[in-house]
Amino acid sequence: MTLSQGNSMNALKAIFNVANANLRIGTTQVCSELNLELYPGETLAILGKNGVGKSTLLSCLAGLPRGDISGEILLGGKTYEAWGAKAAACWRGWLAQKQQDQFSATVLETVISGRHPHLNRWEWESAADRELAVKSLQLLGMADFSDRDVLTLSGGERQRVALATILTQQPTLYFMDEPLAHLDLNHQIEVLDLICTKTKRERVSALMVLHEPGLAHRYCDSALLLFGQGEWLYGSTETVLNAENLSRLYGYPLVQIERPDAAGRNQRWFVPA
Amino acid sequence: MITPQRLLLVVLCLALASVTSIAISLSVGSVEISLLDVMLGLVDPTSSSAVVIHELRLPRTLAAFACGGLLALAGALMQVLLRNPLADPYILGISGGAGVGALAAIFFGLGFAGLNGFAFAGALLAILVVFGLAHGDGSWTQTRLILTGVMVAAGCGALITMLLSIAPEERLRGMLFWLMGDFSQGVNPTFALIGIVVLGLLVAPLARDLNMLVRGNDNAKALGVSVNFVRISVYLLASMATAISVTTAGSVGFVGLVIPHLTRMIVGNDQRVLIPTAIFAGGIFLVLADTLARVLIAPQQLPVGVVTALIGVPVFLYLLNRTRYQ
Repeated sequence: MTLSQGNSMNALKAIFNVANANLRIGTTQVCSELNLELYPGETLAILGKNGVGKSTLLSCLAGLPRGDISGEILLGGKTYEAWGAKAAACWRGWLAQKQQDQFSATVLETVISGRHPHLNRWEWESAADRELAVKSLQLLGMADFSDRDVLTLSGGERQRVALATILTQQPTLYFMDEPLAHLDLNHQIEVLDLICTKTKRERVSALMVLHEPGLAHRYCDSALLLFGQGEWLYGSTETVLNAENLSRLYGYPLVQIERPDAAGRNQRWFVPA
Repeated sequence: MITPQRLLLVVLCLALASVTSIAISLSVGSVEISLLDVMLGLVDPTSSSAVVIHELRLPRTLAAFACGGLLALAGALMQVLLRNPLADPYILGISGGAGVGALAAIFFGLGFAGLNGFAFAGALLAILVVFGLAHGDGSWTQTRLILTGVMVAAGCGALITMLLSIAPEERLRGMLFWLMGDFSQGVNPTFALIGIVVLGLLVAPLARDLNMLVRGNDNAKALGVSVNFVRISVYLLASMATAISVTTAGSVGFVGLVIPHLTRMIVGNDQRVLIPTAIFAGGIFLVLADTLARVLIAPQQLPVGVVTALIGVPVFLYLLNRTRYQ
C-alpha cells in the first residue's frame, strides 16, 4: 500500500525512497521488504510496541546504520554514500531519543552546533548562524535559556533544546526519534504544530517515532506500523490508523472515538477498551 | 560565544604569561639571576650568567613548558575521545608502557639515550596494543577502548612493581624519580618542543569536529563528522603527545587531568578555545611547578610530579566546590 497515487497527481518527485529494505537486529526482524516514499511537505509517523525496532529503523533510514540493513535508501535520489557525510548532513537532520551531555555547554552553543555541516573546516559561526539559533530557541519558547548550562535543564527543556538544534540545522528531511519525549501536553501540541506548519510551508519532510496514534492521525500524512517479525503496514493515516490495526499493533483492544476539532476537521482518538 | 578575535586575544595574553613564567623560571634558583641578566644571558653568550642559563635552566624550563603543553593537550583530547571528564593522558596505559621501558633501561644500566629510547618504544607498544585490541570488531566504543586501556595500564603496573622489587638498591631512586616525573636529569627539550608544535597544528583543523564529538558519536555523525576518522586521529594524536612527554620527563601526574578542567571552568568547552588555552596553561603550570621543585628544599630537588599534585589537588578541589555552589 503506498501513497504514490495521491501524490503522483501533482507530479512531484519523492524526496526520500526506501526500496526492499530488510532490517534485522540480532534475531529480531524489524522489517522485511519495506518500501516507502516521502514527498516534499509530507510527514510520516512510525508506530509500534516497545522494542519492535522503531528507533533502529529510524536511525538506519537516517544513514546511521545499526544492525543488518539491506535494501536501497535514497535521499533526494542519491544514497548516503554518494552524498558523503557532510553533504548528507546538510540534507537530513536526526534527533536522538536521548541527549547525553557529559560536559557543560551553554544552550546557545549546543543549538548552534546544528550549523556544523554548513560551515567549512576553518569557518566560524557567523552572526547569521547565531541569529538562526536564537530564532529556533524562540520558536520553542526557550529564548530566555540561551546562557543556561545544558546540564542544569529539566528533561522537557533539554528536549526542546535538541529540537531547536535540529531546526537550526535546517535540513530538508527530519528524522526524529520521539520528538515528544519528556514534553507536557501543551508542548507536545506546540511542537507538532511547529513541525507540521514547517513541513507544509517550507516543503520539507519529517519521519518521526510517535507513541500516541491520535496525535499521529491528527498531524501526520502517513503512518508506518511495525508489528514485529518483519511485518509492517504503510499507508495514509486515514486508512491505516483504525481500531482494528492499532489493537493488533499494541496487542490490546482499543476503541476508536471520532470528534471534530475547533476547525471542524475530524479527529480520531484511541482509548483502551 | 567565542569569536576568532576573542580567541586571538586569549592566545596573546597566554603567550605573554608563558614568556613571563619562563623568565621567572630562568631567574630563580641556587644562583639568583636578575631578569635583566636573564635577557642579557639569552642574547649574549659571553655574559656571566650565560652558562647557567644556556646549559642548565633554559633546556629544563623549555622541556617543562613543552611537556606541560603536551600533557594538557593529551588530557583534553582523551576527555573528548572517551567523553569522560575523568580521563587523563595516562588512562589508556601509555605511561605504563613507557614506565616498563624506562625502568627496564635503568634496570639494565643503559645510558640516557637508552632510557629515552626504551621509554618511547614502551609507550608506542602500549598505544599499538590498545589500538589493536580496542579496534577489534571495528565498533570502537568508548567502553571497549577504556576497558582495554585500563587493563593494559594494570598489566604495565604489575611489570613496573616487579621491576621495582627486583631492582638493585642503588638504582631504585632513579626509578622512583622517573615514575614521579622529573626534569633534573639533563633533559633535552627538542623532541618535546617539536612535538607540541606539530601536534598542536594537527589538532587545529579537527577542533570543531571535536565539539560535535563531545555531544555523542551518533549526533556527530548526523552532523556530518567522519566519526571514525576523527576518533582514530584523536587517539593517535593524544597518544603521541603523551608518549613524547613521558619520554622527556617521566610520568608527571595531574597536569593532564587538572589543566583541561581548570581551563574548561574558565573558557568553556568550545574545543577551538579550550585546546590552545589548555596547552599554554599546562606549559605555564609545569614551568612554575618545576621552578618550585628546584627551590623548595634546595639544594635538594623534588620530583616535579610531587609539586604538580600538591598544587593541583587543592586548587582543583577549591574550584570544583566554588562552581558547584554558584
